[in-house]
Parts: sequence; structure tokens; C-alpha cells
Amino acid sequence: MSKNIKLCKGLDIKLAGKAEARVENAPMAKSYAVSPLDYENVTPKLLVKVGDKVEVGSALFFDKNNPRILFTSPVSGVVSAINRGEKRKLLNVAVEPDQAQTVKDLAVVDTAKAERSEIVEMLLASGLWTRIVERPYGVIANPDATPKAIFVSAFDSAPLAPDYNFVLKEEKAAVEAGMAVLARLTDGKVHLSARKGAEGYMAEVKGVEYHTFSGKHPVGNVGVQIHHIDRIAKGDIVWTVNIQDVATIGRFVTTGKLDMSKTIAVAGSEAKAPMYKRIIAGAAVESIVGAVEAGVRIISGDVLTGVKTAHDGYIAASANMLTLIPEGDKYELLGWAMPRFHRFSVSRAYFSWLCPKKEYKLDTNLNGGERPFVVTGLYENYLPMDVYVSYLLKACLVKDLDKMENLGLYEVLPEDLALCEFVDPSKIEMQQILRDGINLMIKES
Amino acid sequence: MGLRKFVDKIKPTFSEGGKLGFLHSTFEGFETFLYVPNTTTQKGAHIRDCNDIKRVMIVVVLALVPAMLFGMYNVGRLAGVEGILPAFWYGLLEALPNIIVSYVVGLGIEFTFAQKRKHEINEGFLVTGLLIPLVMPIGVPCWIVALSTAFAVIIGKEVFGGTGMNVFNPALLARAFAFFAYTPQMSGESVWYADGTTGATALEQLGTTGQMQWSALDAFFGFIPGSLGETSTAAILLGALLLLFTGVASWRIMLSVFVGGLAFGYLFDAVGMTEYPAYYHLLVGGFAFGAVFMATDPVTSAQTNAGKWIYGFMVGALAVLIRVVNPAYPEGMMLAILFMNALAPLIDYFVVERNIARRKKLIKNVK
Repeated sequence: MSKNIKLCKGLDIKLAGKAEARVENAPMAKSYAVSPLDYENVTPKLLVKVGDKVEVGSALFFDKNNPRILFTSPVSGVVSAINRGEKRKLLNVAVEPDQAQTVKDLAVVDTAKAERSEIVEMLLASGLWTRIVERPYGVIANPDATPKAIFVSAFDSAPLAPDYNFVLKEEKAAVEAGMAVLARLTDGKVHLSARKGAEGYMAEVKGVEYHTFSGKHPVGNVGVQIHHIDRIAKGDIVWTVNIQDVATIGRFVTTGKLDMSKTIAVAGSEAKAPMYKRIIAGAAVESIVGAVEAGVRIISGDVLTGVKTAHDGYIAASANMLTLIPEGDKYELLGWAMPRFHRFSVSRAYFSWLCPKKEYKLDTNLNGGERPFVVTGLYENYLPMDVYVSYLLKACLVKDLDKMENLGLYEVLPEDLALCEFVDPSKIEMQQILRDGINLMIKES
Repeated sequence: MGLRKFVDKIKPTFSEGGKLGFLHSTFEGFETFLYVPNTTTQKGAHIRDCNDIKRVMIVVVLALVPAMLFGMYNVGRLAGVEGILPAFWYGLLEALPNIIVSYVVGLGIEFTFAQKRKHEINEGFLVTGLLIPLVMPIGVPCWIVALSTAFAVIIGKEVFGGTGMNVFNPALLARAFAFFAYTPQMSGESVWYADGTTGATALEQLGTTGQMQWSALDAFFGFIPGSLGETSTAAILLGALLLLFTGVASWRIMLSVFVGGLAFGYLFDAVGMTEYPAYYHLLVGGFAFGAVFMATDPVTSAQTNAGKWIYGFMVGALAVLIRVVNPAYPEGMMLAILFMNALAPLIDYFVVERNIARRKKLIKNVK
């Protein structure tokens, strides 16, 4: 067993509304949707039209940039809507589920014996390939590439994040089977990282390089773990897979049937009963959270990196939680001069350092106006990587590709800068700036 | 809330297309001063730390208060006013015109530029506006304060693009401008006193005779003549405590300035170039004030942690070097900080280059 990696930098933001450790089955939703917007750099081309009958695993659209990458339906039923936005941009394909829930026969191969290419084709056909993320850039893995290594984080350290030891309690066999599939996809190692002190059964998973980490968020971010296990250099390709998706892949290859169900946490101060829910991927938000009052923001994912989702929208493909927090569209008289005991700050210019155990009910107010880069040395305390955050962001802003590369663009994804964005008194949109920089790099290379 | 209703009522007048639309930045400045805006996060992190630049700046202003209050008292005391409160009152009346002039001129220019550029108004001048009178001698005429403030804000800050983009610390630039453009009014023996008394500062005495008429303890507590805010090292350290505790100023810079100053002080003492102990440097003149409030300006100092050590040490060292070696300038802190402001990007460049080199080495390891 390798030695524990301890990270000192970071921050655990304590929020009210942690999910209680019990699972309830969410009712079948009126519709389920698959959205190309849940992925970066996908140009969708439709394969179905409204009224078509589909099964679990039937392809709904593919990526024009790489036609082998299929996006499949999580449920069986009828395509009920193809929603488009401005300039006819495809927003999502909605499927109305039927009672029978038939699963498409996807010809599962024996992953221990089959050729690597057969396994790749099987995952592509099932749509599970879209769950494999490629770094640099954080895009869907290129099926023609072979990664240097594959990394899986067994825990999420973000505020209110689901506890995967609980979520995957009964899924040890599936996780092991999924890991075995990943091992076939790379010539290098499959790295699995667990949180020290909360390893669960992860230490017993075979065929992987096992690591433990301790520290504060973002210690659970796979990008941070990669940085400390085997840094990404120019020209390297590594893949990452969320641990729950590993279990889905494992279930698929052992049962031969695609099953897109997953357990998500419903959390946040505005969640009526914060707990875990068993859902099928792409479910309508309304079916998971029920009625929600006005003035509540629903986030697909965690409060730092998730996507704002409408009550009549759908949970994002990658999300393992829904967070409900109050909107902060209120004015605060002389707020910047007040003691603000109910708000949280890492700065001792406020008083939250006095009560480190308090759970905060934070809203979505920006808490100030956007300003130029003024403070220095702050961001680096919240990113446990050898990266100069403000220099990298400035390189992105001036679109200097060489500098972006030199300053570490290949090593970080927006999620890794989320904490820096949270603490920034200048309220700079760091994740967006980095994403724009990454997209520019993809376009130019 | 009545006030909020009133603000909402007059808002359209000041918005784009309204009657007074050309004043919308000014209106926004006052509105956000009164109320934290109701803007919510749209991209990226949905929750944000409640700290903002306004709070950061107001902490610095608070940290300046002890030095300012003591400075005012000291002005009265040096003018021979008996009693603490009367002395303070006397000093307050003497200092107030400079403070008002600095804020009015500086903010006026800031608002105008914000308006032209359709920016929000930046809070940086809340600090600069107080720093300028604090680094000036009490006897300096208001019109010089006005001119130097205008110079510092326009040439020092706005031509570079405003707050966050400037190379030099604006308050020090104002002092440098006044010092070089109006040398007679900015130096000499009468400028340190409000009542026409004359006398050299501790620093000038040390520079010319190697001795000063005050004890080290007097100098530490600030019972010496000097610029308004700089005399009391004790009051400045109070401010420093607040800045360090809140994390607003970099402890790396502050510490390394003092280390640099002491190191060079001891060096000159050891080789016999000075006849007073090295720690005198930290007590007299603007050394402590510069180390705590000027060198730590995050925009104009080094931005990398390694760079901050080098930058701070050089500021302290250069300040003492100028004091001891250059007889034309008794005070070296201002020039040392301005010089290091210019060099800070270079220091950072080398620190960042090392980061890049580490990253490039990874490629070789693989292939």
C-alpha cells in the first residue's frame, strides 16, 4: 500500500442541509432527458425524431466531431420532445418513459478475454463511453487514444457531497468489475484514491494502484489527486471516471443489461428532507425534489461547480447530487461594513473564524461587485497544486496559448479553481475564464 | 425600507438613457456603498465568500486610524498645545484640510474616469486618499496635496488602466511628485511643525550628526517630528497587527522588509559607516509606515510568495542603503519602495519561470 498523501491547502465549507443516510426511490419521472450541454465540446447530430420508440441504450444523438460517440437513452419509451434554444441549438432530447422498460440488447463481451477494441466498441454502443473524461481539457475521452493512466476518486470532498461509501455500499462487485474494465483500457495503471479514515471497501479492490488522501476540499477532486500521483505533462493523456459511473459500467458488463439508475444526494438548506434518492440518470428535477418554493436555486451538482437547473429541467448527466439553496437577490444595507455573523468568509475581516463548527445557510448573492485582480497570494492557498492561479487566468484572458500551456492549463479543470473563485474578493469568474481558455486551446490545436 | 424605496425611485434617472444617465457610475458607486447589490451568481461557484474589495479596503483604512490619530495629537503636541485632547483637536484641524483635499481631488478624478470608461468605481482610493496626507509633512500647503494627488491618480494609476493595473503605489507617487517638484515646500526645517517652529527630524539629525535629540523610546512611541502618520512606530504596529490578523497584508513582505532593513543596518554599523544602532532605522522616518502600509500594497508588490520575500528584503535593504550612503536624501523608504515596485514584476517573472521549468521537466522525465 502506498503512503497516505496529506494536503494542507484547501477549505471545507460547512453548509446546512447535509443529506441524511437513507435512500428513497424517486417516483418514475414524466420524462427523462439527455443533453449535449452536459458535456464540453460536443456538436450533436440527432438520430431520432419526436414520436420514435426507444429502449434503454438506444442512441439518441451522436457527436459530429467524433461520430463513434453515442448518447443513449437512460429509459425506454417515446421521444417526447426535442428542445432547442437560440439558433436551433439542441438543448436536450426528452423521452417519456413507458411501463415495460425494455433494455436494448447491446451484445456484451467478456471483458477479461475480449480485445481492447471490442471493449471500446461495447462501451461506445452503450453510451457509457460518454462517462469517461479525458484530461487535458475535461472532454469525453477520444476512443482512438490510449491513456497513460486512468484515475478514479472514491470520494467527493465538495460541500454537502454524497458519501460514496454509503451510495455504493451494496455495489462492491460492480465497482470491482468496472475497475477491471478500466484496467483493460490503458497500458498504464488504474489509480484509485480513497479518503484516509473513510476507505470503506476501496482498499480491497484488486487490480488497481491504491492511494489514500487526507485534507480539505478539493482533496477529493481527481485533478488534484493526479497532480500528486502522476502529474500530467504536455502530450500526456489520462482518463478519469466518477466512481458511481465505474459501478454502472461494472453492472453493465456483469449483468449484460444497461441500467442507468444511480443514487444521488438531495441536500442544501432549502431541501425539505435532505437524503439520498435512487433515480435514473437524466430524470426530471421535479420528480426528485417535488414542489419547490420560489426563491430557491436548484443546482445539478455541488454548490461550487454545479449547474443552475430549472425546476422543470433535468438533472445533469454527471451530477451525483442536487443542491437546493436560497437565492440571494436581496439588497443588504451597508453589508460590507457589517459584522455579518450569519455569513461565511475565510477572511478574518469577518467573524466566521470564531465558530469553525457552525453550519452556514449561504445564498447565491455575489456579495460584492466584480473588480480587477487585486489581492495576491490568496488563491494559491486554496489549490493544492504547483500552479500560479492568477498568472494562468491572466494568460487565458489575453489568449496567450504558449503561456497557458506553460502555466499549467493541461493540469487543471474549472472545478479545481472553484474554491479560488469562492474566496475571491474581486468576484472574478475564474471557472468561466479557464473554460474559455481551454476551449480556445482545443480550437487552436 | 424607506431608503431602499427612494434609491429604487431615483435609479431610472441615473440609468442609461435617464436624464442624469451620464452620472450612472457615480450613482452606482453610492448605491453599492449603501447597499450590497442584489446580484446573484450566474456562472461558476453558486455561493461566494462574503468578503469583497470594499471590506478589504476598509480594513486597511481602519488599520491606518491609530497612526492617523496619534499623528494629529503629535502635531498639536509639537506646536506646544497642552493636554491630550486640545493637542489632538489642534492637530485634527491642521490635518483635516489635507485629508479632505486628497479625497475630494482623488475621488473626483476616479469618478470621472469610471464614468468615461463605464466602470464600477473602485475602492482602492479609499486607502490611497488617506495615505497621501499621512505621508506628507503637516506644513505642506493644500494646493500641493491637490496637485500631487491628481498626478498620482492620473499618471500613476488611470493611464495604466486603473486599480489593479498600476505599477507604482499611488500614494508614494504623490509624495515623490511633491518631493521633487516642490522640494522647498516639502523639506526644510519648518515644514514638520504646524506653528512655524523649526527643527530637523530625527532622521535628518541622524544623517548629519549621527545622533538624535530624542531617545529610542520617544522615537518608538512617536514623540518626534515627521510626516503626519509616520512618527509613531507603536501606532503603526497596532495597524500592522490588524492587517496581519485579517490577512489583508502579506506577512511575508512585512517581515522581510524589517529583516532587510535590520540586516543592512547591522552591516553598516559593523563596518563603521553609521554611529547609531541598526534598530534606529526601524524607529525613525517612514520605515515602519512604509513597511506596513506601502510595501504591502498587493497590486504593486511582488505577487508570488517567493517573490514577496525577495521584494520585501530588497525594500528594507535599499531604504537603509539610501539613508546611509546617499547624503542628499535623508529618507530612503519612499525611493526604495518605488524602485522595488518597478522591479517586482521582474522578480515575479523569475519565480514563475521556475514554475514553468518544473513543468517542462516533467516532459523530459516521460520521454
